[in-house]
Amino acid sequence: MKSHSLFAWSAIVALSGAACATSKVNMSTTAPSPDPRVGLRAGWMNAAQAAWNIRLVSTTPPSPDFINRSTPGDFQFTNSDLSFTGPYVIQGNYSGVQVWDITDLRRPRLHKAFVCPGSQSDVSVYRTLLFVSGEALNGRTDCGTQGVTDTVSHDRLRGIRIFDITDIANPRHITDVQTCRGSHTHTVVTSPTDTANVYIYVSGSAPVRSPNELAGCSSAPPDSNPGSALFRIEVIQVPLAHPEQARIVNSPRIFQDLVAPARHGEAPEDIAAAAKAAAEARANGGFTATRNGVEVVLGPRFVTFRLDSIVKARGGTGAPTAADSAVLRTNAQAIVDRMVTPVPRGNGPPPGPTQCHDITVYPAIGLAGGACGGYGLLLDIRDVANPKRIAAVADSNFSFWHSATFNNDGTKILFTDEWGGGLQPRCRVTDKPEWGADAIFTLAGSTMTFQSYYKLPAPQTPNENCVAHNGTLIPIPGRDIMVQGWYQGGISVFDWTDPAHPREVAYFDRGPMDSTKLVGAGSWSAYWYNGYIVSSEIARGLDIFELRPSGFISQNEIDAAKLVHFDYLNAQDQPKLVWPASFVVARAYLDQLARSNGLAPEKLSAARSALARAEKLSGQARRDALAQLATQLNGDSQGAPQPVVDGPVRTLVAAVTDLANAAR
Amino acid sequence: MKTPLLAAIATAACTTATVQQTTLQPAQAKADSGRTHYTAADVHFVAGMIGHHAQAIQMAGWAPSHGASPAVRVLCERIVVAQNDEIAFAQRWLREHQEFVPPADPRGHVMPGMDHPMLMPGMLTPDQMTQLDAAHGREFDRLFLTFMIQHHQGAITMVAQLLAAPGAAQDGPIFRFAADVNADQTTEIDRMTRMLDALNRSAQ
Repeated sequence: MKSHSLFAWSAIVALSGAACATSKVNMSTTAPSPDPRVGLRAGWMNAAQAAWNIRLVSTTPPSPDFINRSTPGDFQFTNSDLSFTGPYVIQGNYSGVQVWDITDLRRPRLHKAFVCPGSQSDVSVYRTLLFVSGEALNGRTDCGTQGVTDTVSHDRLRGIRIFDITDIANPRHITDVQTCRGSHTHTVVTSPTDTANVYIYVSGSAPVRSPNELAGCSSAPPDSNPGSALFRIEVIQVPLAHPEQARIVNSPRIFQDLVAPARHGEAPEDIAAAAKAAAEARANGGFTATRNGVEVVLGPRFVTFRLDSIVKARGGTGAPTAADSAVLRTNAQAIVDRMVTPVPRGNGPPPGPTQCHDITVYPAIGLAGGACGGYGLLLDIRDVANPKRIAAVADSNFSFWHSATFNNDGTKILFTDEWGGGLQPRCRVTDKPEWGADAIFTLAGSTMTFQSYYKLPAPQTPNENCVAHNGTLIPIPGRDIMVQGWYQGGISVFDWTDPAHPREVAYFDRGPMDSTKLVGAGSWSAYWYNGYIVSSEIARGLDIFELRPSGFISQNEIDAAKLVHFDYLNAQDQPKLVWPASFVVARAYLDQLARSNGLAPEKLSAARSALARAEKLSGQARRDALAQLATQLNGDSQGAPQPVVDGPVRTLVAAVTDLANAAR
Repeated sequence: MKTPLLAAIATAACTTATVQQTTLQPAQAKADSGRTHYTAADVHFVAGMIGHHAQAIQMAGWAPSHGASPAVRVLCERIVVAQNDEIAFAQRWLREHQEFVPPADPRGHVMPGMDHPMLMPGMLTPDQMTQLDAAHGREFDRLFLTFMIQHHQGAITMVAQLLAAPGAAQDGPIFRFAADVNADQTTEIDRMTRMLDALNRSAQ
């Protein structure tokens, strides 16, 4: 490992360039071993790198106002989240916003940088509007850099800043919407029915400000102050014709009556211990019942009290009889069920999350995933201004629910756990794989069912902040593939099509900033945008990557992904992915059938040839050839396992049929 | 034999990546003028959190030897990891700012020139620590949850005190640390409150 660490970054680049002339596409599905991410040499802009099935296209250091050359990783210049519009990447920073023109991916050009301190500068765009989150105490309404030292000040900005970016080189400040807890993150929400407005859900996890600074703010429990800023989110309405009139129109208490939901993530030891105790108790004539899906032993106090009641109810006295025991045995479950339903609480604040950390909306299916304190919430957002909670999950392995991502067809949802808040090194060998990870759930109606955890599989050093963070889907048709930033753990691309067995298919990582101490850095967010992966590196700037074909992802699948084009993208306003009718999409599906052995090789080969022939035809001839291929594929799939017929084959036939319909 | 480096090369790019070199001028008047300073309240908060966290680690460390339930043990294990890391952060920040770095003393906040460690908000008194140490099994769970809720509420009080101090938490890492403590511990109080509820109900 030592010789490895001696190589400078430039040496790797030079070698890789040389190696490529002779190297072919690596179709292996075996990850390099030992993992090259382990033991990477430390450095700021010259840390060693490891990449697998991904290519770093460019790294652009922060612009001059957003870097401190004498202090690597200066916290004040933390790069944060990204938003996209046209050829521009908008990169938030604790000191403001940078706008990059990525028309030339190899040389992103700074289009505009404006200093405006106030973490964490979460950014979103909608048409000609730019929204920026402010949460910290030093943010000023005038974007000044002097901070706000008074504990109460009307110069302080905590909330949403709104800019007009009609001319993105000259953003014009329109207004601010101040909120009681500031805005840690926010989510732009579009309504399919209300096109005159755009909405913003504001999440703020910092303490509530003084009512002297912003009227009405209160951190008292809602019982004693119905206007409490706790236990709610804010909904801002932005009239598109008059964005200067943006205002809070609702503060929905989406946590109301949130009771302890099923703890699917019970520790294995808990489940094993409970099962053992229950079996022993039953064997000895004890009483058990099922609580939260786990069989539990009913204690002596429970049993004695209930038996006594049964004796009294039948007007008897003395010791309970066998018949009394039988009555209790029949009714025990119902009694326990009543006990686990919520009871009115006495004094003191109700438990429950007081705020969300982030909300991802998926307007195409009318749902949002809220990552809120100790819970993952499912919200119905069909009435955009009035989101309603329809389900909640908790997990004993999750510390702090951070963000959510749906799969494209809305049958799965992935939540992240930002255990430690992103400043801590939570990917060490000693950190458990189910802690600080992603949790994957299947989603049917309003029921979320836990399937598995996914955590960056490469251990990181104690000098690298690392935990699950922001990502998006990669639009490969027919599969659920996601790219995700893990701070100094780098970026990880993984396949969660099979929700119970997610697996990594590509990665990029750098060595730590410093080999002697933890200096915050790494990928804040890694998002797919129009064919490439763009990552906001906290301390090193803007990284752009290209996915490489491998045994996991074919060139056809990558080309199909590149067909999906967005005019703009806010990752937390999840767009529905739609692929145009295209031969490459059909070929991507054929590759998937080949990979899963869904169809016999000779049938696949014939289908590929037929597709290639059809592509050379036009008009009616192409339509006929594709229709014939669709019929052929349906015939070929006779005898294939039903899931293959219902899944990939049907998808392929639909793609071929789309092509036939599109033929001119 | 393939070394890790060669493996990385073999799978790396066909064309070389570009690292853009911007001209970085030493003069950063605009940004540096905004360099915020810290106050005594910031130092007190960061230093005080060291002893505060140290006590939580000692309490949580008793779980295996005091017959805690598996659920409480998992919670304790996470508290130990989380608060050790935060102590490391606090010590690092103080060192970098040439401030006195107090030892991680579970009895409280150690200040130079003072004989006895000072209890920070929410910290258990020596009597409470003795009481917890004497408990076992279910009683340990109940006392631990009760005391740790108190302990966490103290941390939230410390954050509130920090934010109420003029000029405090202007330094980025301090605000972020305080906000993280606030968010994490609020969440954990909620979790412990529910665990305690469940414990009390199952004892009925």
